[in-house]
Amino acid sequence: MDWQTLATQLFPGGHAIVERDNFLSGSAQVDGATVDVIGTSGHVPIGIEIALAQATAILETVQAHPGRPILILVDTQGQRLRHRDEMLGINSYMAHLGKCVDLARRQGHTVIGLVYDQALSGGFITSGLIASACYALPQATIRVMGLPAMARITKVPEERLTELAQDNPVFAPGPENYLRMGGLHGIWERDLAQELVRALADCPHEDRRMALGQERGGRLLAQPVAAAVRTGSDVRPA
Amino acid sequence: MSSYLELTARQRIPAMFDAGSFEEFLPPSKRIASPHLAQLDAPVSYDDGVVVGRGLLGGHIVFGAAQEGAFMGGAVGEVHGAKLVGMLRRAIDEGAHAVLLLLESGGVRLHEANAGLIAVSEVMRAMLDVRAAGIPVVAVVGGANGCFGGMGIAARCANTVIMSEEGRLAMSGPEVIETANGVEEFDSRDRALVWRTTGGKHRYLLGDCQLLVADDTAAFRAAALEAIAALGAGAVGLTLEGLLAEQAMLARRLHDAEGVSEPMEIWRRLGVPDPARVPMLEADAFLTLAAQHRAGLPSDAAHTGEQ
Amino acid sequence: METLHFKFGAGERPLTGAAQMVGVVGSGNLEVLIEAAPLGGACEIDVHTAAVGFGAIWGAVMEDFHARWRLADARISINDNGATPAVVSLRLDQAVESLLGPATGGTP
Repeated sequence: MDWQTLATQLFPGGHAIVERDNFLSGSAQVDGATVDVIGTSGHVPIGIEIALAQATAILETVQAHPGRPILILVDTQGQRLRHRDEMLGINSYMAHLGKCVDLARRQGHTVIGLVYDQALSGGFITSGLIASACYALPQATIRVMGLPAMARITKVPEERLTELAQDNPVFAPGPENYLRMGGLHGIWERDLAQELVRALADCPHEDRRMALGQERGGRLLAQPVAAAVRTGSDVRPA
Repeated sequence: MSSYLELTARQRIPAMFDAGSFEEFLPPSKRIASPHLAQLDAPVSYDDGVVVGRGLLGGHIVFGAAQEGAFMGGAVGEVHGAKLVGMLRRAIDEGAHAVLLLLESGGVRLHEANAGLIAVSEVMRAMLDVRAAGIPVVAVVGGANGCFGGMGIAARCANTVIMSEEGRLAMSGPEVIETANGVEEFDSRDRALVWRTTGGKHRYLLGDCQLLVADDTAAFRAAALEAIAALGAGAVGLTLEGLLAEQAMLARRLHDAEGVSEPMEIWRRLGVPDPARVPMLEADAFLTLAAQHRAGLPSDAAHTGEQ
Repeated sequence: METLHFKFGAGERPLTGAAQMVGVVGSGNLEVLIEAAPLGGACEIDVHTAAVGFGAIWGAVMEDFHARWRLADARISINDNGATPAVVSLRLDQAVESLLGPATGGTP
């Protein structure tokens, strides 16, 4: 889905979002209130410029619109793979974006992520995955890496990875798997505007994703292991 | 001089913490291993590649972790990530004096794909929760495998990053970039270029690393003590002022690098005389030179770390 | 992956102290977890290895190891990533020495 169609469905009350070099920014009306929006489009790779642009927009919201909710629209093929980005410290630009989102949250802004097309790895970690809650459309693709590259790096045959990517929650790229593992809070199937209203009203403050992963059966060890380490007790699997 | 780089994670812990003080949480005798590696015929480790626990550092209670770079590249899987998050949450519960992270990682463990990706983001949030609780977080990057991927991002969520010249801190590894965009984009076999691009000296000059030491465990330990002591005095959580300052630094960095593709040119524009000599300089000589020219935040001058 | 079990009865030397771990599961390497356990005097060793089909060699290494140390009430667990017999023997000896040798700082 292209971002304009998405915006029309998300914001029946209207929006003032603009796109420049695949960077989305602006505001929108949700249930009578204004929401600030940032994001990416066109499966763009996240390089230092877009990471910085998103972070700049977040801090502008924090300064100019205290308490205003923030929606992050995610469509990216992951971090940009260029020498220049590494030279200039893209990890720092990404961390900076994540820290800005975290500050916004602590200052009382509700931050929601929505993967509406693609989300890969580094392009997702400090946007959707650091929001208070992240959602996805049913047709979204969320993955760590393409299978051929993964096969090259892990030395696991591509056929084996392809086989696993069919139905193994750890490898399959569908949002249903991320939902089961606790990475996503929900998948928005029908009335996107209503889903957004609900998400803004029902937003968690703490990171409960491990517990969600255990409850939903997709990640059975993370929560018990973290709890065992935290309390000095034994691991009690579900 | 005792090399930090050559030690295993288990050996680095007693080298950094006060003698005999470290207690490991969920030790290997509990045999909690990865549930995902068997399906890929990969061997497990009973600590899943990370040691977490609590010890004394200069007499203060400090929680810590050490990633084992030799196991799965130190990459983060479900159990590995959960151990880190559990330790970070416990540090808040028990009012730790600081958290010390000895990082050596390729980032998300590809063998655990989705679970690893979510785990890394949980580690990042937990690190920021620790800082929000007023507890300083110090990251040490001095292992042979460097600190890459999602952990390269996580490292820059710490208050202070300590590196050696041998350490590397980045997002994507040179091999990944070369595979994606060709050898002209990044020749992964050009080691000198790799270190100019991602190594400790470059990161220190850029302002992404606040303390640079020789590859020596005593030097790393002293730097950790210094970093924690300096941070104790000021705010360690995220602030709007701090992030605005960091944003200005990153914007200036981008602006000043217009048209630049070679790290030595960045150093030259910072005012470093004879940048080609930088890789050859010993630690002390380098630090003296860097002090006059390195970028960074005003707070760096007192080694208080940054946002 | 292959899992092998070895059991040696009538050991002579018991272990004391907390469990120890030596080595790392890197390429060509292995980790050895060693601990005291109530096994009626026996020494039990379980091996989980990425190198399949070398049972006889592992057996020979373990025989030599037991002849060398004759541990009693000891449990040893190994995660192996293709180490040579020489490296396996070395790590086993290091593991035993970590418990029977001079006390090291902290719990591993």
